[in-house]
Amino acid sequence: MRFSFDKLFKLITLIFGVFIIVLVIIIFYQLFINSLTALRAFGINFFLGKVWSPVKGIFGALPFIYGTLLTATIALLIAFPLSIGIAIFLTEIAPRVLREFLTTIVELIAAIPSVVIGLWGIFVLAPFVRDYLQPFLAYFSFIPFFTGRTFGLCYLTAILVLIFMITPIMTSIFREAFRNVPADLKEALYALGATRYEVIRHVSIPYTRTALAAGIILAYGRALGETLAVTMVIGNMPAITLSLLSPGYTLAAVIANEFLEATDRLYISSLIGLGLILFIISFVVNLIGTLILRRLSR
Amino acid sequence: MIIRKIKDKLFTLFAIASFIIVSLPLFHIILTIIVNGIGAINLEFFIALPNPPGVPGGGIVNAIEGSIILVCLTMLISFPIGFFGGIYLAEYGKGPLAETVRNLTNSLSGIPSIVAGIFSYTLIVIYFGFSALAGAIALSLLAIPYIVRTTEEALKAVPNDIREAGLALGLPRWKVTLYLVVGAAKPRILAGTLLAVARIIGEAAPLLFTAFGNPFYTYSIFEPTDALPLLIFNYALSPYPDWHLKAWGAALVLIIIVLSINLTVKYYVQREGK
Repeated sequence: MRFSFDKLFKLITLIFGVFIIVLVIIIFYQLFINSLTALRAFGINFFLGKVWSPVKGIFGALPFIYGTLLTATIALLIAFPLSIGIAIFLTEIAPRVLREFLTTIVELIAAIPSVVIGLWGIFVLAPFVRDYLQPFLAYFSFIPFFTGRTFGLCYLTAILVLIFMITPIMTSIFREAFRNVPADLKEALYALGATRYEVIRHVSIPYTRTALAAGIILAYGRALGETLAVTMVIGNMPAITLSLLSPGYTLAAVIANEFLEATDRLYISSLIGLGLILFIISFVVNLIGTLILRRLSR
Repeated sequence: MIIRKIKDKLFTLFAIASFIIVSLPLFHIILTIIVNGIGAINLEFFIALPNPPGVPGGGIVNAIEGSIILVCLTMLISFPIGFFGGIYLAEYGKGPLAETVRNLTNSLSGIPSIVAGIFSYTLIVIYFGFSALAGAIALSLLAIPYIVRTTEEALKAVPNDIREAGLALGLPRWKVTLYLVVGAAKPRILAGTLLAVARIIGEAAPLLFTAFGNPFYTYSIFEPTDALPLLIFNYALSPYPDWHLKAWGAALVLIIIVLSINLTVKYYVQREGK
């Protein structure tokens, strides 16, 4: 067989392509091997244990899993309608000449570094929540979500930060989807005398529901894994409570805060175990979102 | 009929309000950073090392140097991998293997940045200690999927005529790809790579326990190093007002870099598209 540069070149690119697969396997393997000490010591209680006490050497991840799911889920529930509204605004309502410019504004939100949002969160948003939002929410203290008092660093502040961070991600996917709704479908309904709201409700949203699902899932993945902005405003206290005014903790935040303090093997291994949980959750969520989007583009 | 009209108006109002609610914080963040950060900016801020904790004055040159080292090193590691990975997906990317690579790349681009830090910790730091290299490896994990996707999309946007013209002239496939197709896709690849730089230069989470931070100059990639976002994080959580000021100043520098890269790329790509 003759030596061929073509085959060699293809082989080189193939190696780099396959490297991605290898990389995912190595990440999983490294996280798994290094958290074995903790997984062996606590078994299923590592995931379901409510106590996280470095002093006593007991490590249970449940408060962090709870905090992660709580913040991400509530943020998503609020960010979803906002994103729909913004996407509609940018594709249907805003004056045509301004659309490009207004879209850029929303895109720039996604470009701000997490740590910068966290900095603003500590010094601006947290005092705002404490001094202005709290007195207002006090009227609703009969709802379990708003019981108790806060110094500003709490689940609520973290959720507000997350809403701000995931809305641009969802918006850009929604906007793309709404732009691809065939004009004939919309015009058909307009011709029957429908209002814009009815066209969106009965054409745009049903037509784009798969893309909407993908956007929701990808934004959820982002919210689950967001690290520094959340770490800086959530108050850093493991707490399984419904009250959003209570300080809390997430998987990513506890890793960021405690990793450098961890000295003994079990402690470090437990923190890496939290990383493993976070990796698996967000990887699966992202994979589902990706597969939905892939099916769409075919 | 009236009710339908009102519903429609309410919805329009809601859409406009959503836009305002979400974009207002952006302006507030930028404004706050400028107002608080401008006081920190002077010549010393850019050329001096930090003073000991609590002593006012000093600068953040260690973080600026560190960020430059980290970005260069990360690009050195991640660009070749992402670039050739992207070529594979664009030019030979059919079949189940390529589809797997594609899906994993997309999923990888969403992994939490802190996980990238842990990965590099278990791979490098445990054996060799904190270093700029460990930080760059963590950042590469975030940059690689980004560059793969950018390259793939850029190459796919090149019309097939160019490939066919090259092959018709008797050029071997690899030359067609590397010279003609990549040549035509160069602006888009460059734009995507710049966006990857803008993303990783702002990441602090992967650096916490890899690059670690360093109040002095870094002389080797095997030493710990500081970075702008890392410094912002550490200074913001410190008890010293002067360090808070420095954190705002560093945030101002960082946000100017990130926003100008984003706006340049946007403007540039838009003009190319027309």
